[in-house]
Amino acid sequence: MDATETKLTAIMEPWVGRTGGLITALRSAQEAFGYLPAQAEAIAAEAFNLTRAEVKGVISFYADFHREPKGRTVVRLCAAEACQAAGGRALQAAVEKRFALKVGETSASRDLTLEPVYCLGLCSCAPAAMVGERLVGRADAGRIEEAIERESEAAE
Amino acid sequence: MTDVSLKLFLPLDSVAVSLGADDLEEALLSEAGKRRVNLTIVRTGSRGMHWLEPLLEVERDGVRHGFGPAGAADAASLLEALVKDKAHPKALGPVEEIPFFKDQTRLIFARCGVIDPLCLEEYEAHGGLAGLDKAIATPNAKVCETVLESGLRGRGGAGFPAGVKWKTVAGAPLSQDGADQKYIVCNADEGDSGTFADRMIMEGDPFLLIEGMAIAGLAVGAAKGYIYLRSEYPVAARVLEAAIERAKEAGLLGDNVRGSGKAFDLEVFIGAGAYICGEETSLLESLEGKRGEVRAKPPLPALEGLFGKPTLVHNVITLCSVPIIMAKGANYYRDFGMGKSTGTMPFQIAGNVKYGGLYETAFGVTLGELVEKIGGGTMTDRPIRAVQIGGPLGAYLPPSLFGLAMDYETMLANGAGVGHGGVVVFDDSIDLLEQARYAFEFCVEESCGKCTPCRVGSVRGVEVVDRIKANIERAENLELLNDLCELMVDGSLCAMGGMIPIPVQSAMKHFPEDFGVKSKLAAE
Repeated sequence: MDATETKLTAIMEPWVGRTGGLITALRSAQEAFGYLPAQAEAIAAEAFNLTRAEVKGVISFYADFHREPKGRTVVRLCAAEACQAAGGRALQAAVEKRFALKVGETSASRDLTLEPVYCLGLCSCAPAAMVGERLVGRADAGRIEEAIERESEAAE
Repeated sequence: MTDVSLKLFLPLDSVAVSLGADDLEEALLSEAGKRRVNLTIVRTGSRGMHWLEPLLEVERDGVRHGFGPAGAADAASLLEALVKDKAHPKALGPVEEIPFFKDQTRLIFARCGVIDPLCLEEYEAHGGLAGLDKAIATPNAKVCETVLESGLRGRGGAGFPAGVKWKTVAGAPLSQDGADQKYIVCNADEGDSGTFADRMIMEGDPFLLIEGMAIAGLAVGAAKGYIYLRSEYPVAARVLEAAIERAKEAGLLGDNVRGSGKAFDLEVFIGAGAYICGEETSLLESLEGKRGEVRAKPPLPALEGLFGKPTLVHNVITLCSVPIIMAKGANYYRDFGMGKSTGTMPFQIAGNVKYGGLYETAFGVTLGELVEKIGGGTMTDRPIRAVQIGGPLGAYLPPSLFGLAMDYETMLANGAGVGHGGVVVFDDSIDLLEQARYAFEFCVEESCGKCTPCRVGSVRGVEVVDRIKANIERAENLELLNDLCELMVDGSLCAMGGMIPIPVQSAMKHFPEDFGVKSKLAAE
């Protein structure tokens, strides 16, 4: 077992036997590594006594799980109806233009990932976004840029 | 030595935070330090007047006065005004006298925005736990009967009588293997756009949900409960976890709930980003750690739910309605509302609207009252062209139907549904063809993939709408679109595929010109 595998096993094993344990184990692993390393599938299958196909099925089903590292800051723009009603589509276009990046992409420098999210529950102050852990209501490109700066400052 | 003591209230609610409440708190504390003011800031839930957030409050002679929307830049002047009792441009006067708030009937949200959400003593002082104590002193069958008599219906969208579910779970035979387990599962996977009542109550009054679940658990004989919370709600997750911890310490959860001699325990489970997990059988699969693929019904979850055991699955607001029903009786609750829609509903006014937020009132308020009078029309000051009720699976309705009462039967009779009570307002820049396309697109993204009508039908739906948009054999494709919708309604396994046709067909029916059927054709 290499270091990654040892770490994955240590993270996942406490969740064996817990309700919904596989999903929580995968989330914990992803939080530790920033993404789900390739070995996660086999380690989880072994720990939870499942086939690799079953684990792969779970990973691919949920939008939260990703097998590739994302940018250092992830900007999630709400794409759902309430935000559409309040200029969400225009906001997306403005953010894509400002950062020269499309929603669904990660910048080559791995500084930034733009992705859609379907509702943050901030529908009464739409359009809404989430920059890292930071919620942004009544978002515009300027406020999102400011939030990105503050997130990267906080990370340093 | 400090000179003055000051206590302020500021929401920890996600909306307030998204608009700068944390920055305001920091700025206030820093200004207070400079001025030798001994400042305490109590983080509360939100009052639901979201255009005023962050809404800062101070108590004067037992009355809470508001200031908002207050930003970090206002911190110095606010503190000055508060300490010296001077006027401030952001002053709103007594918060509960603001018409938007005053005209509500707050049964569920009575404490939200008022108390510290994590203070169990305050919860109890404001009427909390009266329902649970009464339930403990009442025979289980009578508790189930009370819920039935109250007329409470599932607030997640389906509107199924809650008491019927309770009786089914209570009467469900325990499995033969002797594992006498039943479960209470709270569906907090609030994924519908335009809805945030679950989030607000979990952030602002988490003990209410815990109390509701405990009453349910004791009444139907379930010792274990789960709250399935979506991962997009990190603030709610933090508040709930802390509240459950305190509830355990206080003996509200555990082996001997409030001295009843009965056990009930509770856990939060965080989802992983799947809209379909708001569907109860998909949610149960997910809670078992699997792909959230829906199950065929029957068997009903009430008989064979989580891990095949009898399970009571309810939406957050349904469970939060239970404590007041127990505390004040079925009749008290049933007297609110109209017809078979009893009690109150926390309506959520969202999208392009001037006064967005949460408005709890008895069923029967009209759609127009909600969006025009209470919501104040659009924030862009353009005419309202459409509202969508009840999330991505809800109907688009035109202003000509604003006289309709918001209750389950009236909405159903008009091809719509109350859903979870979310109302999204759109101005006249909306293109309903685009919204119909989005409905299918969303379904492509979020379908669990188990049944063909939903998995494939949604993809075909996008294609057909695109052909209509490109004016390719328009008449034929419009007919095809209706056929497809019919097939999805008839053939889908769950409400996702079965209800995606609702936004599509309501858009076609009420806004035909956007599909090139009338005026647009003529204009071309």
